[in-house]
Amino acid sequence: MTVAPAQAPARTLRAGAIDPRYLIVFLITLVLVAGEARYRILGGYERLATTLGVCIAAELFLSWWLRGRMVNIASAYITGISLALLIKPQANILWPFALGAFLAIASKYVLVYRNRHLWNPSNFAIAFLLLAAPASVAVLSHQWGNDLRINLVIWAFGLLIAARARVLHVTLTYVACFIVLAMIRNLIVGGPLLAELAPITGPMYQLFVFFMVTDPRTTVSTRRGRIVVVATVALLEAVIRIAGDFQLSLLRPFYVSPPLLALAIVGPIAMWWDLRRTMDVAAAHDPDPPRRAR
Amino acid sequence: MLKLSWRRLAVRAAFIAALVSVVILNARAAGGTDRAAATVLLRDDAHASGIDFVHQEVTLDPKIANIAPHVGALGAGVSVTDVNNDGWPDLYFTTSRFGAANALYVNQHDGTFRDVAAEAGVALLNRPGDGVSMGAVWGDYDNDGNEDLLVYKWGYLQLLRNLGNGHFADVTARAGLRRWMNSNSAVWLDFDRDGLLDLYVTGYFRSDIDFWHLTDTRIMQQSWEFASNGGKNLLFKNLGNGTFRDVTDSLGVGSTRWTLGAAVADFNDDGWPDLYLANDYGPEELFLNHEGKRFEPARAGLEDDSKSGMAVAVGDVYNRGRHDVFVTNISERGFLFQGNNLRINFLTELGRFDEIATGVVADAGWAWGAQFGDLNNDGLLDLVVANGFISADSGRDYWYAMSKIAGAQGDIFEDAKNWPAIGTASLSGFERSRVLLNRGQAGFVDIAEQAGVTDRLDGRAVVMADLFNTGSLDVVIANERGRALLYRNEGKGGHWLELQLIGTRSNRSAIGADVTVEFGGVRQRQVVDGGSGFSSQNDRRLHFGLGNKAPGRVTIRWPSGTQQVLNGLTPDSLHVITEPR
Repeated sequence: MTVAPAQAPARTLRAGAIDPRYLIVFLITLVLVAGEARYRILGGYERLATTLGVCIAAELFLSWWLRGRMVNIASAYITGISLALLIKPQANILWPFALGAFLAIASKYVLVYRNRHLWNPSNFAIAFLLLAAPASVAVLSHQWGNDLRINLVIWAFGLLIAARARVLHVTLTYVACFIVLAMIRNLIVGGPLLAELAPITGPMYQLFVFFMVTDPRTTVSTRRGRIVVVATVALLEAVIRIAGDFQLSLLRPFYVSPPLLALAIVGPIAMWWDLRRTMDVAAAHDPDPPRRAR
Repeated sequence: MLKLSWRRLAVRAAFIAALVSVVILNARAAGGTDRAAATVLLRDDAHASGIDFVHQEVTLDPKIANIAPHVGALGAGVSVTDVNNDGWPDLYFTTSRFGAANALYVNQHDGTFRDVAAEAGVALLNRPGDGVSMGAVWGDYDNDGNEDLLVYKWGYLQLLRNLGNGHFADVTARAGLRRWMNSNSAVWLDFDRDGLLDLYVTGYFRSDIDFWHLTDTRIMQQSWEFASNGGKNLLFKNLGNGTFRDVTDSLGVGSTRWTLGAAVADFNDDGWPDLYLANDYGPEELFLNHEGKRFEPARAGLEDDSKSGMAVAVGDVYNRGRHDVFVTNISERGFLFQGNNLRINFLTELGRFDEIATGVVADAGWAWGAQFGDLNNDGLLDLVVANGFISADSGRDYWYAMSKIAGAQGDIFEDAKNWPAIGTASLSGFERSRVLLNRGQAGFVDIAEQAGVTDRLDGRAVVMADLFNTGSLDVVIANERGRALLYRNEGKGGHWLELQLIGTRSNRSAIGADVTVEFGGVRQRQVVDGGSGFSSQNDRRLHFGLGNKAPGRVTIRWPSGTQQVLNGLTPDSLHVITEPR
């Protein structure tokens, strides 16, 4: 869950406008403060200290170690908070926060293709923890009181900031796809429609649609491509959910968080394909292409 | 370039090391049983002991058929008493199907029990219009020397007076207790120390819900974490003339959280019994008693830690002379790690409890009833935890379906009709019970399988009692939709001391009496139980393991306030102590 590359030029709305990264920083800080004040969503400040500390330290160290300069820590800050909010481990253990934070940041420097990292950092870390450490880690056990009011506030701010950051189309495409696919799933599996729509009203989806699936650094380069990719994520999520409804035991590890794991599968494939395509196209026109700004 | 490549290699190595570390640490977190030599041997002896009780689940209004197995998976209770004053513990089990009979197993002194519920008049309490049993607690509310029975139900409470001749009379209406509640726990206590047992009954579902005539389906919690739309808990003061008065509001204990477990002890050492509640869908609550005049919720580090509290067990975990608390919760791989709470009491020093549960103590699955007791008489209180919610079709699991609505807005899942149908699916089913051996500062270790506890029934209520007067605590587990288990303790342990207290100025049951036994340089504190765990009540007799030590000073703080000190009690004996007048 990071919104801007460590080394990429920051996108701005217009000259002099606020860097979108800082809007996202503001939004996730709002989520953290409101959720903690009202519902103690962290489950202990040591968790936040661990993820933030490890993320920022790893980002500073790895950027200096590998690239010779320390990068802006906004991205690491967002990743750290996201992990602190999403990881809910077995009682009183801290290692998932420490290792998850390191894996998230290190993935940006290790899991790269043509100098771009393929996974959203927090998405990679959480997906790995869920699949490799199911006896230790769950995702977002806290539901922030299941309170409509605080969720509406976050949705309102989130949509506003997504619009300012020019990723609203990603958010809205995902939400629209989720709703349509929920209806289709309901036709297939039966039961109450609200049960199929219910997940998107929860806090994990807020983090997902505002911070993770919209991460410009790990989304493809074209607007149409981003729409296709996020729709594909929603589609894979629906497939996982239908498998869950039909009790397909092979996919049980994926049922704990279908959207996060769907993104962890679709996201890097799309990035790889996009990077390969755009670089090949660029190379065909210019043997020494500059980096594309999206 | 070479330098850069070397650095990249180092980062990749660190990355892989982190990946591998996750896998290794996860394997450790998964835990396992300890293979050390067991000092506890428990043998399921229910059938041979004449106990063939099978709990039957409640049937509910078809309007909530989609989640009936979930809503109705409660009601297997067990409580211990000496119903006929013969010096041998007896057992009362509850079942929850209309027409099904509760059972009162009277100890035959030969290792067997005989069900006398029907002839005693405490069997057929599950009737349309009256509701079904969820559990029971024993207490001598009229101080006549006979233990009386309060059955809490989804339906009308029922108070049955022990006539002392093997029969009971239903005195509910006369006592002013004919109240419809959807209750899953109750405790006897003498909150004002007037020598009369008062009654605290907790509400789970709202009391305006009649599960057989639902007017609508908006009956569920409005939050999974901070729900406050449960049934109201009620405190009834014993007026001493056979009647009770509802003093809930004036005493300030009318919580509407979804209380599943309650226990009473003097947690802050001020001499007055306090109330500790385990709430489903919400934080635990501790109500501190201010000299019997009012209760106030304590800010003791509990209010922000929202989980799914199921049961409260009270025990002095490290022999510090304090009442610590164990509260069961839910853990399910990948989906939810709430973890059980082991809260060490630092109320007098720091004004709070410190939660220290890790490993096998924290993660016992979907945990229900639990009790402390020294199973090997080594001087440290062990823990038995019953687990498992719904064992149905092992190939179908409801966790995913439930997770769809668990994160949703409260308005959605408050209405039962919006829940996915559970059908024949299991939900944390086939989980095994845990026997957690206390090793002091070395922590608890799970010895269940070694000890012989291998059942995978849906455990609910747990009690411990020296059923056969052998000096060892036996374990009884009431299982939902399953047979009751009696684990006879055949282990070899250390010395022990048992105390049966009889109140004179205090309530005759001595419920709330606080006893500290000193031995080997430590002191262990226990309280006479008026109801604890989940749908259960331990034996009123207190059992202290002593290891290889002799008992030193024994201090009894009676509910009346009288303090009694005893020295030179013979070990390996049951002592009957009457309160000085």
